[in-house]
Amino acid sequence: MNPDRIKLIAVPVVLAALAAAPLALGTGYWLGLATTTLMFACLAQAWNLLGGYGGQFSYGHALFFGTGAYVTAVLQVRLGLDPWTGLIAGTIAGGAIGAFCGALSFRYGLKGSYFALVTLAFAEVFRILATSVPFTGGGAGILIPLKVSPANFQFADKAGFYYAMLILFAVSLIVTLAVERSRFGAYLVAVRENEAAAAALGIDIFRVKLGAITLSGALAALSGVFYAQFFLYLDPHIAYGSGVSVEALLAPIIGGIGTLFGPLIGAIVMRALGEVANVWTDGAPGLNLALFGLLLIIVLRFLPDGIVGLIGRLGRRHA
Amino acid sequence: MTASLLVPALVNGLTTGAIYALVALGLTLIYGVLHIINFAHGSLLMVALYGVYFLNTGLGIDPYLALPIAVPAFFILGYFLQRGVIEHTAHGRDQNILLVTLGLSIILDNLALYFWRSDTRTIDVPYGFDVIDIGVALIPVPRAVAFGAALGIAALLWFLIGRTDLGRAIRAVARERQGARLMGIDVEHIYGLCFGIGTATLAAAACLLLPSFYVTPQVGHAFVLVAFTTVVLGGMGSFTGALVGGLILGLVESAGGLILGESLGQIGIFIIFILVLLFRPTGLFGGKPA
Repeated sequence: MNPDRIKLIAVPVVLAALAAAPLALGTGYWLGLATTTLMFACLAQAWNLLGGYGGQFSYGHALFFGTGAYVTAVLQVRLGLDPWTGLIAGTIAGGAIGAFCGALSFRYGLKGSYFALVTLAFAEVFRILATSVPFTGGGAGILIPLKVSPANFQFADKAGFYYAMLILFAVSLIVTLAVERSRFGAYLVAVRENEAAAAALGIDIFRVKLGAITLSGALAALSGVFYAQFFLYLDPHIAYGSGVSVEALLAPIIGGIGTLFGPLIGAIVMRALGEVANVWTDGAPGLNLALFGLLLIIVLRFLPDGIVGLIGRLGRRHA
Repeated sequence: MTASLLVPALVNGLTTGAIYALVALGLTLIYGVLHIINFAHGSLLMVALYGVYFLNTGLGIDPYLALPIAVPAFFILGYFLQRGVIEHTAHGRDQNILLVTLGLSIILDNLALYFWRSDTRTIDVPYGFDVIDIGVALIPVPRAVAFGAALGIAALLWFLIGRTDLGRAIRAVARERQGARLMGIDVEHIYGLCFGIGTATLAAAACLLLPSFYVTPQVGHAFVLVAFTTVVLGGMGSFTGALVGGLILGLVESAGGLILGESLGQIGIFIIFILVLLFRPTGLFGGKPA
């Protein structure tokens, strides 16, 4: 069977396994952990679309995550709109911000380290703005009132949140699969591999990159919207802080950059490792993140294709 | 706006800017020669600040007298980080170098958080609150010292790179790596030395900074983006650029704080950063585009 067919079968199988996971995890702490894992997997999937397939490494994906989160929170708290409208508005806003900073950065030919730095700076500008303007609640943050009802994107039990997040993650996975199989996806990979050659073949590099960052921004905003609904609280540091940007890029790189399942595998490995560290240290902060950093360096040193690449290599050896 | 408000803001901006310049000097050296954007720069400064802090609280060593201990120690640390970790992990790819230094910074920041908690620590020195009266404004002594030292260290680096044999080798490697290798220069050794010198300037910055500043595990973040901006504004790899860029940013922050208020004040720095990246990525004193 060719790899494309395997992926077409693997996507529903993985989604079905994730849908069945609450049977094994129960309805308590572990299900909550699984929910946040999927949330970060969705954010990582968004990063992977631009960074993995397109080769444009963003160090500021908090920009899109935070925008999704703030748009839905502000619409609810200040304008009284419902969170489902917030979900749509937040996603559009994430895509729009993506298009805006993509248009600026790519128009002026920023790539590699310079693109990384400019995305970082955009996220910082938004963090400072969110701290300074009145309608976001400033540095004190914004609190979404508790009104439990599915119509209000607030669920009585953890399983409700889990399945809601699973649907959002499925969207990010299917979008990635669709991109992978499309002409646009082929252009994107061509741009990553060799920009000059891609341009010589008549690919409009600017439009391809712009499309990728817009889509990536919208998907990252999805996870931000979910964050706001799940925790019902936001502040500029949570939404636009460098922590989110780092999470977004660690999972795909550890899992396998530019692969369909890399972000999910990376997110699961990181959460599991973080959990082990938490038990070890009685929840003292720091060690879990330090382990993520160490894992990143080990992967870069020994596994250039991440965990997915390692699985592939082992599979070939035994085949 | 009256002079009584403007002059102290100006002085404050220039002394803050000198500290930005000091931190940026090492970053610009590392970029200029190795073409590495070192994300761990802020975290290494944080480690240096803790080092100076513990030398002071544990052994009672004055931060200024800690210079001859901290600078060589950080030179060695930097040399081995480059030769032992970064060199082997980069596989010659720019994106990997960026990620390795990011990984190092995550490790350092969070180990510091784990061991030392997020308490803000300061030290007491007898001259901590002394000021120099220049008539129109008062300058705290530690800041005046840091200002002078930033200029001194920039001059020292300029001399080292521009006027010594080692500097000639470094410039050769920076310009044409293969050619330098063919002339018998040990390129990997030079890379290690540059990373070491860049890291050593952070130790110097830490010694000069601590008497008027504080240390927390997150303190690096406050500096690293400003240092990137300084380096980009001044032109990657240019010492004069780092010095001028740092002073400009100090003034921008001070003016921003005066006009827009504390929390919005820093936004000017990032807007300059984005504008320079977009419209003049070679900066004020930079050479040919990267």
